[in-house]
Amino acid sequence: MKKRKMFIRMITASLMRRRSRMIVALLSIAIGATILSGLVSIYYDVPRQMGAQFRNYGANMIFTGEDGSLGLDEVIAGEKKIDPAELVGAAPYRYENVRINDIPVVAAGTDPQGVQKTSPYWRVEGSWFSGGGELLVGASVAESFRIKSGDVIDVSFTPAAQEDESGEEEFVMDNFKTFTVMGILQTGGSEENYIYMSLDDLRELTGTEGSIDVAELSVSAGQEELSAYIDAINSGVKGVHASLVKRVTASEATVLTKLQALVLLVTIVVLALTMICVATTMTAVVAERRKEIGLRKAIGASDKSIIQEFMGESMLLGLLGGALGSVLGYVFAQQVSINVFSSSISFRPVLVPVTVIASIAVTGISSLMPIRSATDVDPAMVLKGE
Amino acid sequence: MSLLELKNVYKIYGDLHALDDVSLKVEKGEWVSIMGPSGSGKSTMMNIIGCMDKPSKGEVLLDGVDISKESKKNLTNIRRDKIGLIFQQFHLVNYLTAVENVMLAQYYHSIPDEKEALEALERVGLGDRAKHLPSQLSGGEQQRVCVARALINYPEVILADEPTGNLDEANEEIVVELFHKLHNEGTTLIVVTHDPEVAEVAQRTLVLRSGKLSKEIVNENFTGKIHFD
Repeated sequence: MKKRKMFIRMITASLMRRRSRMIVALLSIAIGATILSGLVSIYYDVPRQMGAQFRNYGANMIFTGEDGSLGLDEVIAGEKKIDPAELVGAAPYRYENVRINDIPVVAAGTDPQGVQKTSPYWRVEGSWFSGGGELLVGASVAESFRIKSGDVIDVSFTPAAQEDESGEEEFVMDNFKTFTVMGILQTGGSEENYIYMSLDDLRELTGTEGSIDVAELSVSAGQEELSAYIDAINSGVKGVHASLVKRVTASEATVLTKLQALVLLVTIVVLALTMICVATTMTAVVAERRKEIGLRKAIGASDKSIIQEFMGESMLLGLLGGALGSVLGYVFAQQVSINVFSSSISFRPVLVPVTVIASIAVTGISSLMPIRSATDVDPAMVLKGE
Repeated sequence: MSLLELKNVYKIYGDLHALDDVSLKVEKGEWVSIMGPSGSGKSTMMNIIGCMDKPSKGEVLLDGVDISKESKKNLTNIRRDKIGLIFQQFHLVNYLTAVENVMLAQYYHSIPDEKEALEALERVGLGDRAKHLPSQLSGGEQQRVCVARALINYPEVILADEPTGNLDEANEEIVVELFHKLHNEGTTLIVVTHDPEVAEVAQRTLVLRSGKLSKEIVNENFTGKIHFD
């Protein structure tokens, strides 16, 4: 016990009283540990960060009806299978042929809040729509009908004709509803060919409950998790057929894999550089202390105790450098995350012990060679020198 | 049985005979000086007696054990257990305090004991300088720390290589006085020096020349008394 106390006293004295020398070694270890823990933070946070980024490109999952018809209740039952924290948004769509000025146009009934989340890339001139007779008009429809935001227009719907007793179609009156155009939608895609209203407005206009044609969902999850959701919904929710938007999910996965591979590669390079740096520093430390090693051997130190002392010193350096690096690494990762992804990174407590242990191991391994060479010092030769 | 006995010892480097058929005996409690000009083989002899080198030929018996046949590892153990070394260059670990430097020898030998280390420093008159780093001590004080370190494990023999070579006269006197004290306490002393003044205070002086023992001078006036008080 007493011997261990002296051992600790010696190695702390060596670090504390040779501060200027040791600070260089400590810095090289701390910088390595900083980059290491920062990159590992980023590595694990990339899917979350990129997932949030990818969600700007629209829905990655769709629900359709198994027999062509889908009820709103079934959509909600399907949504419940997804972790609410991961469900960015869901938008059901019901399409009906309606008329403006007697010219046919397709109306989509949807959930205005849901669409805003599943399709954040939609650009609207004017303001967003909600229920109660508010309309969002696709740009090409607006151009054809010369509609601009703020206009009040009538939209008509022709209900399906019923046959009377004689087998002739009965004449039915069109349904009318007055809408206020809130905004003009620009997407550069086919969405510009529709007009959008709330599901309730469409129900009121058509006079029928109708059915949902498709529901778009935006889920912030990895490909495997998404597939698990698909399976759970298809087997667990009757009447709903869920599928992935492959175009979106596959490209997400490709980009993620490449990005993570890049971060991993950089991490390995940094690790190798740190090892070289620490090994060089330790070689210098050993060379500088040849005389001391000779003296220690002269007064009776065995090779084993020389190795223990130098190893103890370098591992203590690894511990301090690792502790410093895990704090600085978080700051580094945070800065990268804010500057690159514009969002903050979550602190992972488990990274602190991991960084410290990795740092001790890296320092230990890279000190091994120089320390082994320390035992070659011949006390008689060293002590003779002036 | 003599504490140390060299029997026909040679140390040969190529054509150079650094030690050439040297035989000598040192008895327990004796104070012996080894003198000679530089290149005479003093250092080689010091290294062999100090278990830091092995002879090319011949036997070296330390306390009955032939150290010329021992492995490097065993030599380290013998040096640690039986020999206290004092060097010309003082050689202290520069980031350890005086008392820690003394404790270092205890650490490698057995168990460090700060109280005992402090007592050793008091014996060499440095009780109040125990917490100082070597850089805060004068040359004489550093050498006295080395003396305290050399004697802390009660070695069979204290081997000093030019112990006063880097000291001024006043400090030289202090160190020689310490040797007297140690001798009176029964410690065996082997002092390698080229300073006749230091050599002649010993009981016996062996003169080396070109690797051979050329002369042995016995100090008739040796009283064993402390000269300076």
